[in-house]
Amino acid sequence: MTEAVLPPPGDAVQAQRRLWSRFLRRPLGVTALAVFLFVVLVGLFAPLLAPHDPNLVDLGLTQAPPSSEHWMGGDSAGRDIFSRLLYGARTTVYGAAVACLVGVGLGVPAGVAAGYFGGITDRICSWISDGVQSVPGMIVLLIVAAGTGADFTVLMVTVGAFMAPGYYRISRSRALAVRKEPYVDAARVAGLTHTRILHAHMFRAVRAPVIIQSALTAGIAMGMQTGLQFLGVGTASTPDWGQMMNDGFRTMGTHPLILLWPSVALGVTIAALAFMGSTLADLVSVRTEPVPRRRRGARPADETTARTGELAHTVERSVLRIENLRVAYATAHGDKQVVRGVCLDVAPGEVLGIVGESGSGKSQTMFSALDLLPADGRATCDGIWVGGQAVGDLPRAKRHALLGTRIGYVPQEPMSNLDPCYTIGHQLVEPLRAVHGLTKAQARDRAREVLLQVGITDPDRVLASYPHQVSGGMAQRVLIAGAVAGKPDLLVADEPTTALDVTVQAEVLELLRELQQEYRMALVIVTHNFGVVADICDRVAVMKDGRIIESGTVERIFAAPADPYTAELIRASQDDTESRDDLDAAWNETEAEAGRKVHT
Amino acid sequence: MRTEGASEQTESVSAKAEDASENTEKASMEAKRAPMNTERAPMTTERESMTTEREPMTTERESMKSASRDGAPLLEVDDVVVDYRRGRSTFRALKGVSMTIGAGECVGLVGESGSGKSTLGKAVLGLAEVTSGTIRFAGQDITHLKGAARRRLAADLQVVFQDPYGSLDPTMTVGQILAEPLTATGTSRADARTTVAEMLDHVRLPADTVTRYPSEFSGGQRQRVAIARALVRRPRLIVCDEPVSALDLTTQAAVIDLFIDIQRETGVSYLFVSHDLGVVRRICHRVSVMYQGECVETGPNETVTRNPEHPYTQRLLLASPVADPVRQAERRRSWLQLRAPAASPVA
Amino acid sequence: MIRFTIRRLLSGVVLLLVVTSATFFLAHLAIGDPTAGLLGNNATPDQRAALHEQLGLDRPLITQFWDWFSHAVRGDFGTSWRNFQPVSDQIALRVPVTLSVVLAATLLAAVVGLAVGIATGLRPDGILARVLKVASVVLFALPGFWVSLVLVMTFAVRLKWFPAVGYVPLTQSPSAWLSSITLPSVALALAAIVMIAEQLRNGFMEVTKQDFVRTLRARGLSSRRVTTHVLRNASPAALTVLAVMFVGLLGGAIVVEIIFNLPGIGSLTQSAAQIGDIPILLGLTAVTVVFVVLVNFLLDLVLGWINPKVRES
Repeated sequence: MTEAVLPPPGDAVQAQRRLWSRFLRRPLGVTALAVFLFVVLVGLFAPLLAPHDPNLVDLGLTQAPPSSEHWMGGDSAGRDIFSRLLYGARTTVYGAAVACLVGVGLGVPAGVAAGYFGGITDRICSWISDGVQSVPGMIVLLIVAAGTGADFTVLMVTVGAFMAPGYYRISRSRALAVRKEPYVDAARVAGLTHTRILHAHMFRAVRAPVIIQSALTAGIAMGMQTGLQFLGVGTASTPDWGQMMNDGFRTMGTHPLILLWPSVALGVTIAALAFMGSTLADLVSVRTEPVPRRRRGARPADETTARTGELAHTVERSVLRIENLRVAYATAHGDKQVVRGVCLDVAPGEVLGIVGESGSGKSQTMFSALDLLPADGRATCDGIWVGGQAVGDLPRAKRHALLGTRIGYVPQEPMSNLDPCYTIGHQLVEPLRAVHGLTKAQARDRAREVLLQVGITDPDRVLASYPHQVSGGMAQRVLIAGAVAGKPDLLVADEPTTALDVTVQAEVLELLRELQQEYRMALVIVTHNFGVVADICDRVAVMKDGRIIESGTVERIFAAPADPYTAELIRASQDDTESRDDLDAAWNETEAEAGRKVHT
Repeated sequence: MRTEGASEQTESVSAKAEDASENTEKASMEAKRAPMNTERAPMTTERESMTTEREPMTTERESMKSASRDGAPLLEVDDVVVDYRRGRSTFRALKGVSMTIGAGECVGLVGESGSGKSTLGKAVLGLAEVTSGTIRFAGQDITHLKGAARRRLAADLQVVFQDPYGSLDPTMTVGQILAEPLTATGTSRADARTTVAEMLDHVRLPADTVTRYPSEFSGGQRQRVAIARALVRRPRLIVCDEPVSALDLTTQAAVIDLFIDIQRETGVSYLFVSHDLGVVRRICHRVSVMYQGECVETGPNETVTRNPEHPYTQRLLLASPVADPVRQAERRRSWLQLRAPAASPVA
Repeated sequence: MIRFTIRRLLSGVVLLLVVTSATFFLAHLAIGDPTAGLLGNNATPDQRAALHEQLGLDRPLITQFWDWFSHAVRGDFGTSWRNFQPVSDQIALRVPVTLSVVLAATLLAAVVGLAVGIATGLRPDGILARVLKVASVVLFALPGFWVSLVLVMTFAVRLKWFPAVGYVPLTQSPSAWLSSITLPSVALALAAIVMIAEQLRNGFMEVTKQDFVRTLRARGLSSRRVTTHVLRNASPAALTVLAVMFVGLLGGAIVVEIIFNLPGIGSLTQSAAQIGDIPILLGLTAVTVVFVVLVNFLLDLVLGWINPKVRES
């Protein structure tokens, strides 16, 4: 058994194990938490902390300004504001807790059940949830308040019921997402009961979002509660912030301080809850640590790398030429080099394959050539030429002007590369009009023409279709049509057959070959499949860990791979390896051998 | 194949680590081959029953061969139909499919998306509702098994899914994931720990794996964890739904070899669902080819993957490019010839 | 499409019936005998008994319900129990005020939210985006009436830019009308603005990562055209938030109207609830649910238009 097989613990695990400690490292989160805990403690211990009886009326104190005896002064009825504020915290926290508990108790089980079981359970629960959401909550709350003689607990239970749809929605969507994960199917096959799956997998998955939602819900519940109290719901004997705000509101013009104290208390408490929730949400949703701002836009030039790969043509004779390309990504732990000194070129009418496994940097090389790297990636090179013209130093807009005109791009995943909101016709016609300046009619004719060229027999129907209405193979043909519609000199194809069924793969490969010959385009094809290389390429560059470890003509590479890795990759292409029959025959042989040795 | 792009960079570290591990593991596997379950017939006997022209190696095997021949196969699928409801309309995913799997046998199910190959796997596992037909496991009708009866079957019938990223609960450690099927059925924690350690050894993962989370592993390593989870109840049949198609080629080879080794060690049967004839050729004894919900061809591995009879299988074989320029040029010519009369635009 | 429309409208009608019926029973059960509230504390038992009989409260609850329901489905919500004026007249008098405020707030939220959302979506690391992030956290949680109080204190009491209270009908003076609804609308809209902007920004970041955006760039489309594609894909989430916020605004308006002393449905609701004037409360419930159903219906239509895949599923 080999040691050191495992990579060091990743960021995602830290996120789970040490969410709490990471939370404590966020100043905003800690401050918010401290403020909230302070309010809770004040509420709990209000009777001990309050210097005065909150309901004691002292006419001399009426609307009095703050003094050493009464820190916040007195209200319109001559009661000590500070003491009332402390007691008010008690009411507020209690009410929010009741509302949250009711919301969780109603919403989470219903949401998890709806998401997990689906079908009729889901439809009934969702209908009820939607119904509750469209009920005018304030009217019902006022009715309940009027009817129950303003019983505070009943009122907050009602508020909680109106909060339940929020919990229901997040629980349901989480459960629905988790339900689709194969690990839930695996748990069912493993013989786990529904109860156990719900307990072990579903509630675990909804825990974090429910906690975050609770921070939000508690804030909203406090708002509704105080709003109701402001409207006069509640009993005079228990002090609350809403009452105090109402009192302050009536004397706002003359004694603004009376309004200020409870408003600040409420605002600060709710804000603390909101920041706690958002900090938690940030920590849960962000898998990796954020990249420090100053490190964004890594410059990969620092690392000195040896050039790898070969240049087979002169600058003038090449459609694309890249010299010493380096690509780096900014991460929390410094820059990460993904391409280290790649050189390659391709001549008109030539087909170049870039081969490698995932993580080899082949796609990054190709996106650098197109200048379409993701925002946190940076490419530098000693030179890049398109059609013999140096483009490395061109401004971004000029560089992008090459796209769609000189260079066409065929992506990997056909479905995700079409905009679901527009018809295929629109997506083909728009670049022809905007980039090539054709009229609407001309553009449509050209679109129809290329669709016929890529083997689509009913172009008009396809033009009028939305992406979800066509099959994957058809979508890939549409994407190829889009790439060649501008008659580029160079077509860059990123794993163009990987996402397709085998029989469709062969069709698409054949189509690319036909188009390449018809337009006399250079073709750069990125793939992990040596079968594809053998089928279509003239030359090939094999990549590993961001370097080209070997390049040359297809005949040479297959006949005599210089690098053992290349040989292994070709061998791993499975097709002519031993079958199970051969393997078993060999195994039986060795077993029999071993058996004889034991017996003799 | 997962989409490459930004994710590529984050993977390269673990991918590299795995490359190293897969290579060294191959060497260490040799030493590790010890039969795990002696009650069950060794793998080889079943093989004999299929390649009858080969001379039996020992008399002991001969006797076991006849025993397995007389007994019913482990899994019998008979004329199974599965309909999916999509809103108001129904879609017939399986149109009367039949097949059998013997003890210790690996049967491949090859086809393209929408061929119904995964649906058949799901039907066997009870994850898809069977409209008509029967599925028998060890002589017992399991077609419509539900609730407790289906859960009891879990001891014998397990699964490995395609997606090594979604098939493990990210919030649980590998130890928890592997022990779950055991503790859920009443095994003591101590016994579960022993079994889990044993299974990790079977899939060539170090013992300290139990304390780690799935996210710490590369695709190939996760798939090993998924295989270990399928093994912990010591099942007799594992449904493998495209278990290697999300992995890199070199990793694929190592995982396939692992599947073969485990079959030899434990005598477990596989229903191996895949779209890749090359993969199926390496691991399966017999192969069924699925097309649009029907099984168009069934036969021994060598025949189906080398000299198929059905035109669809021929097309499938010729469509996948071979890693040799000369042979591929030939194959392409044959493919174009085969395609010419049909002349139907695919897609 | 027609089937979709009919199904949606039908489910809206069912919802309306269920909610109002539920409110009927809830109100009767919660309030019980409303005569005390209606007549005040000085009423004699005889007076209360007379009113009890006059209102038909001595009948079985189910009979009362059927009586109310059979009239309500024909649009007749009866008369108020306090002043015996038709419910529909009283509500019709109040609705324009509330609608002015709520619609102005919605419009404000949509326009400003869209603008801020696009601006921050295009520059997700910019100053505006960071301000928005903090603002969205706080403003979403703070209740509208709290914001109203702050606005009143600042802009009406201190700066005296706007009238603190009161409402001027549009027909009387458009400019005075506008200035009378400005502060309440802003108070209501702030939370919606930041939510919509935040939603749109997240949508932008989400969609920009999609493969098809890169493919559009690779076809040579300008940033402006690519942004159009991104916006269309990002807008459904923001629109959904807008619709949900509208429902919230109707509720929030009740308290805000009272602070600004606007004669909308807010004060009517408050007084009706205090004295137990059930017909008015039921009428108000029905009106708000109708608005909610209409807005959700409109939302479905717009979402279907934006992304045809939604329409078919």
